[in-house]
Amino acid sequence: MTMKRLINLKRAEARKIYLTYAVVIVAYVVCQIMSSTKFFSSSMRGMLVPICAYMVMAVSLNLVVGILGELSLGHAGFMSVGAFAGVTSAILMQGVITNAPVRLALAMIIAAVFAAVAGFLIGIPVLRLKGDYLAIVTLAFGEIIKSILNNFYLGVDSQGLHFSMLSDTTRLLKGGRLIIRGPMGISGIQKISTFPAGFILLMIALMIVFNLVNSRSGRAFMAIRDDRIAAESIGLDITKYKMMAFVMSAAIAGAAGALFAMNYSTVVANKFDFNTSILILVFVVLGGQGNMLGSIIAAAVLTILPEKLREFSEYRMLLYAIVLIVMMLATNNAEIRSFLASLNPFRRKEEA
Amino acid sequence: MKKILTCAVLILAMSASAFGAAFKLGGTAPLTGGAAIYGMSARNGAQIAVDEINAMGGDIQFELRYEDDTHDAEKAVNAYNALKDWGMQISLSSVTSKPAEATAAENFSDRIFALTPSASSAAVTEGKDNVFQMCFVDPNQGTASAQYIASKGLAKKVAVIWKNDDVYSKGVRDTFVEKAPEVGLEIVSETTFADGNDTDFSVQLTEAKEKGAELVFLPMYYQPASLILAQAQAMGYAPKWFGIDGMDGILTMEGFDKSLAEGVMLLTPFNADAKDEKTAKFVAEYQKRHGEVPNQFAADGYDCVYAFCQALTLAKATPDMDAETLCAKMVEQFTTMTFNGVTGENVKWSANGEVSKDPKGMVIQNGAYVGLD
Repeated sequence: MTMKRLINLKRAEARKIYLTYAVVIVAYVVCQIMSSTKFFSSSMRGMLVPICAYMVMAVSLNLVVGILGELSLGHAGFMSVGAFAGVTSAILMQGVITNAPVRLALAMIIAAVFAAVAGFLIGIPVLRLKGDYLAIVTLAFGEIIKSILNNFYLGVDSQGLHFSMLSDTTRLLKGGRLIIRGPMGISGIQKISTFPAGFILLMIALMIVFNLVNSRSGRAFMAIRDDRIAAESIGLDITKYKMMAFVMSAAIAGAAGALFAMNYSTVVANKFDFNTSILILVFVVLGGQGNMLGSIIAAAVLTILPEKLREFSEYRMLLYAIVLIVMMLATNNAEIRSFLASLNPFRRKEEA
Repeated sequence: MKKILTCAVLILAMSASAFGAAFKLGGTAPLTGGAAIYGMSARNGAQIAVDEINAMGGDIQFELRYEDDTHDAEKAVNAYNALKDWGMQISLSSVTSKPAEATAAENFSDRIFALTPSASSAAVTEGKDNVFQMCFVDPNQGTASAQYIASKGLAKKVAVIWKNDDVYSKGVRDTFVEKAPEVGLEIVSETTFADGNDTDFSVQLTEAKEKGAELVFLPMYYQPASLILAQAQAMGYAPKWFGIDGMDGILTMEGFDKSLAEGVMLLTPFNADAKDEKTAKFVAEYQKRHGEVPNQFAADGYDCVYAFCQALTLAKATPDMDAETLCAKMVEQFTTMTFNGVTGENVKWSANGEVSKDPKGMVIQNGAYVGLD
């Protein structure tokens, strides 16, 4: 299926897709070798999993922003739904499934399902809007998700699951465990996220997005992005296609959230606030809207950069902002862009 | 030949003193962002202790490094890893609770001993044999506050305003509310706020006033507390105010009218007005360097370094030991030794890492903290 579809693609597009896969795989292999030979610092090793999670987030948001052409400012909300659903399910499965990778995979699937449901529910009112209105409403929903999780209590005991809102009234039996503790989030998470798991998730996310984009539905997404009225006039169901992209994107973000959360021993809803949503949007804008490889690279660079700037201590975030501005200007400069394009071996062949 | 040999010996001796002679202490703290005041204070306090100990020229010499964690668990782990790359042997953990929870898990798996100055959540030390706290755990602060209010007969009817999306605030509030009825306090009003709606407190204050609360308990950091005090004065409501250690710092807050805080009571382990020699010396040095009275975070940072110094001396540890060896020695010392510092006398640690010391009641008078007892 995949192969057939790719053969039918324009050569340039197919090359771009293969190039993306190739870069990701090579980068993974290089990082794996480097971290096993102790050549990597602890600092780099510690960032591998979060970088993977942010890359997946960038791919997920690029589907909505780059392909569908709608601005979502609440994407961290889906990440947090995934994080909480994933971690909770992993904790509940702790006694049943002892194999950590299997538990992680199941937790990510559950996280994706929960985030997809959240995406669907939010999509119903949101996707009837367009442009700035849609952006602002997604922002609001991101904050609503954060608020709900900050006031949500979930515990488990021999009687089963108990939950309450606002304050902890779960009244767990002896031996029970309060898993989600409102503003305190979840503590004592077993760190089962691994770099290979992050890599696999990124590859799956890329495959889903590339296949979706190059399918009939994907063509519809781009038609809607390029000219909504024309798309409507030929009978495309705008809301249906938008919903499809939105739910898919939310599901991928949910899995990324689970990966991210299970890399730390604790998670709080406040982590997934407006700033995180904007950070992910910056990955997408800097990497290029619709350009998956670009946004993946941007996610890696912008996650590593603040750490590499540590030696500048107090001026760190100031420098980070300046570097960000320079990068934005540079990637938008026509001359630099054509220079970068000339470095691309595939592109050059085509032009020649 | 002889000359060359002497040179070689000299160079060797010098490199030995330059490399393996100091214990590398590392900590993460919010040095930028909303919680920066705590991080800076803890770092400044620790730095003073390090300089004092190094100046004494004993066997124990320290090298201190702090990395910024912006009060975020993810960044804290990054900062921790950067410190590990630097060669950290003993860790000062993190200054705030959630980051400390994340780094404590790393401390535990890497076997690097940690003593946090001020991360007060119980989850920081839970299940980790090598993570210790210099401050009270949040639950203890709530219990101690309720007992203190009741035993001093400060009030019978109490209102609580707390921040329901904050770990620290919630931790204290939970145990306070649990303890209050036991000691004969009646909680007449309990209201909340959260990030985003933390500027207008008229609803909360009106309710406390209408229910006739004589004392309002404020388990929160000082920024919202400063607004509560200002708004209460504007509406002519003047109950007794009672805060916890997060309230410390309100007097040094920029643009805050100190007269508003007049009569505010708070429970904190550190009293900058204490007359003992140790405190006086620390406060004088801090004022000389930073031009302000040190708060409790600074004192905790200061005490952490002295506690390390004492434990290392007792264990006869040397700087060439690796982190894991030091960790085992430190755990042994911290569970058995008694420490006297500026945040308390006869400080002891239990095996689960929690500290036991007496809290001190303080009241703000004429724009300064004065001990209540």
